[in-house]
Amino acid sequence: MPETLRSVVAKFYDEYMHSTPKKLKVVDAYLFYVLLTGVIQFAYCCLVGTFPFNSFLSGFISTVGTFVLGVCLRLQSNPQNKMEFTGISPERSFADFIFAHIILHLVVINFIG
Amino acid sequence: MADAGGIVGRADIKSAMFNPGGWKSLLTFVILALAWLAGFSSRLFAVIRFESIIHEFDPWFNYRATHYMVEHGFYNFLNWFDDRAWFPLGRIVGGTVYPGLMVTSGTIHWLLHMLNIPVHIRDICVFLAPVFSGMTSLAVYFFTKEVWSQGAGLFAACFIAIVPGYISRSVAGSYDNEGIAIFALMFTYYLWIKAVKTGQVFWGICTALSYFYMVSAWGGYVFIINLIPLHVFVLLCMGRYSKRIFTAYTSFYIVGLICSMQIPFVGFQPIRTSEHMAAAGVFALLYAYACLRYVQTFLSKAEFRTVFFFAAAVAAGVVFLTVVALTWAGYIAPWSGRFYSLWDTGYAKIHIPIIASVSEHQPTTWVSFFFDLHILVCAFPAGVWYCIKNVNDERVFVVLYAIFASYFAGVMVRLMLTLTPVVCVLAAIAFSKTFEIYLKDESPRGNQRNSEDGTDNKNDRLYDKVGKTKKLREDRPKEEEGLGMNIKSIIIIALLMMLMLFAVHCTWVTSSAYSSPSIVLASYGQGGTRTILDDFREAYYWLRMNTPDKARVMSWWDYGYQIAGMGNRTTLVDNNTWNNSHIALVGKAMSSNESAAYDIMRMLDVDYVLVIFGGVIGYSGDDINKFLWMVRIAEGEHPKDIRESDYFTPQGEFRVDAQGSQTLLNCLMYKLSYYRFGQMQLDFRSPAGFDRTRGVEIGNKNFDLTHLEEAYTTEHWLVRIYRVKDLTNREIIPKLNKPIKKTKRKSSKKAKKTGIIKKKPKIIKGKKTSTSSKKTVKK
Repeated sequence: MPETLRSVVAKFYDEYMHSTPKKLKVVDAYLFYVLLTGVIQFAYCCLVGTFPFNSFLSGFISTVGTFVLGVCLRLQSNPQNKMEFTGISPERSFADFIFAHIILHLVVINFIG
Repeated sequence: MADAGGIVGRADIKSAMFNPGGWKSLLTFVILALAWLAGFSSRLFAVIRFESIIHEFDPWFNYRATHYMVEHGFYNFLNWFDDRAWFPLGRIVGGTVYPGLMVTSGTIHWLLHMLNIPVHIRDICVFLAPVFSGMTSLAVYFFTKEVWSQGAGLFAACFIAIVPGYISRSVAGSYDNEGIAIFALMFTYYLWIKAVKTGQVFWGICTALSYFYMVSAWGGYVFIINLIPLHVFVLLCMGRYSKRIFTAYTSFYIVGLICSMQIPFVGFQPIRTSEHMAAAGVFALLYAYACLRYVQTFLSKAEFRTVFFFAAAVAAGVVFLTVVALTWAGYIAPWSGRFYSLWDTGYAKIHIPIIASVSEHQPTTWVSFFFDLHILVCAFPAGVWYCIKNVNDERVFVVLYAIFASYFAGVMVRLMLTLTPVVCVLAAIAFSKTFEIYLKDESPRGNQRNSEDGTDNKNDRLYDKVGKTKKLREDRPKEEEGLGMNIKSIIIIALLMMLMLFAVHCTWVTSSAYSSPSIVLASYGQGGTRTILDDFREAYYWLRMNTPDKARVMSWWDYGYQIAGMGNRTTLVDNNTWNNSHIALVGKAMSSNESAAYDIMRMLDVDYVLVIFGGVIGYSGDDINKFLWMVRIAEGEHPKDIRESDYFTPQGEFRVDAQGSQTLLNCLMYKLSYYRFGQMQLDFRSPAGFDRTRGVEIGNKNFDLTHLEEAYTTEHWLVRIYRVKDLTNREIIPKLNKPIKKTKRKSSKKAKKTGIIKKKPKIIKGKKTSTSSKKTVKK
């Protein structure tokens, strides 16, 4: 079992490196960075505690939200998904991304206290 | 109004031949405008019959809070500590209200004043709900248009504009959260459908913003945050997953989550309570699923299977353990009692009498389904069937909404309100589909256009029909000529007749059942003359003018908001029933005998006691009829002192005549209600002390009050106010010197015009028949 799993993972890595457009890789790198931030935040709150709960929460939700929106952007700008998202150009998806970020972070700033 | 609609409609039909596209949108616009107008004007019965006044109970608090906010500004409102409620505890208003309603009307007020239109805030409050009903019909139109077709949308807009189930909570003067919340609800659903359809993040964010407005307006937002995840989950189970759903839901959820936490009253609940956990669970599930799908694209089937099982096992284990651990550790609160009472209808009655006692929390009777929805409730299953037959992503949503809303509406009268929009939508679909079939022009010319126009025209007539059957006849030849089939025209006419009856029924229900302010009563004499019974305001005005500013008034919680709003006096309990033990204490005081009650009242620093007594005019919503709930609630907290069985006769009856139990005949509520009533003869046929509400001669007639004295009784004895006496200088020696006591009572009596009724007694008709507002149920 572990061997097959490892081989599967290796194959997945190869395929990914091969077939993913560069633009999407950039988005993926961004997502990975956001994910790391989230992990760090979570580890921090586990170690130190969540005392100003709203601050922790707004920080963490900001990270999660950024991640979510990044994933949405990635999905929408992936040329393979053209069929599912008819009528959404990459520019449009990026505009949506920015709009969503403005809303999200306005609320986050309000909440962080 | 009807005339204008007819003329415009006819003109449209003629010109529609020339430029169909432009006329179609004009027609749509006109129909929607008329729906708005019809909805607005049919909600004005109460204003026309009575005056521009805030109705009922909860609206009085909303009005008072809005008034405070307009006067002191938004931040002071958020920090408002109300020391006039829940004496001696007080209430932090800013943290315990949904501020959406106040902010909405405050904004309108500010806007109008910016434009130099000096409107009093009260008028804005009174007319807010009717105006929003028009917005609701717009939202319903867009929703139905997305789900089905434009014709159905117009039908739905017209239905929602006049359907009594919605009017019941949105007449002019009924200034309550639901008035704007239904708009927010339907608009959120519309945006959600739009988001699912397009998959754009933009619509997802808009849904979240609309959801935020809903959260700020009404506690019913929980319905949204459970229904939308359910929709996603069901789509997932049906194998209808698409990336559009993923983007729509995830973007909506995360922004909606943080937005909802901005409302102080909601606070951290969205991540702390079980009610909100379904949304989070679906969010995680969606992510896991999408992740797997993504991995799947790279791998072969066999490889994927290993990964899938591994990942699924890990994910399920992690989710399960997290939820259990969090619940166990107390991070996630288990479901609240109100939530349980939705599933187990007997739950509240056993465990939380305070919830069971509220009339709007009663189970719905079958009659009220028909009463509130009329023909729509019959057409609505057909709509469900059409949706299931031609299913797609958004119709799944409508079907789920219909199923859950019907269940909840069956559990609680109040939740009829959430059912109403979906019934309108589905009935509109059913009607529109039927009309589409039977109005189809089989001649080759302009097949599609004609059928659509036909549907639109039907809509146009929908609310014109209230008093007009003439136009119906005019259009009939046209249909027959196009179709040439009798059977079709017969069906069309039958449907039109039903719609006409629906409009008539709506108007009748609105006018007779839902348009009474309930603080001003009207009674009708034999000749049809109308007299206004204004006892409530008379009493509250007396309180306002004749009692010291800091006087504390004890009454049952139903009247707390009104005393605070109209009388401007401190109350002990009010309609925001957050503190059960405090209410139980008041209930205990009301159900104990006078001296025991006096101790409680001294303890609570009560200055005045206010009771509602309907025995003189036959008003059935008075305190004696609610009395058993006071006993039950008091018993829940003080089982040693109060027992419900003591208040029944040995046969288990609740009666106030001579056979009634002695505990009842000597309790404070009885004495305050019937003080001096024994000497009063209402008419010559009945004996003195004849209670019209219960139709009996009271059992305990001649008694005196030791610790209280009558302060004021209104014209029809509807409201009776007593003053709590101070401790006497000397201890009272009971029953020894009767003659002295008697003179004492005479002298202490006020010279007010109590007790004399010159007019003929009447029976009140203006009272609400359907118990929909937040007050204690009778018996």
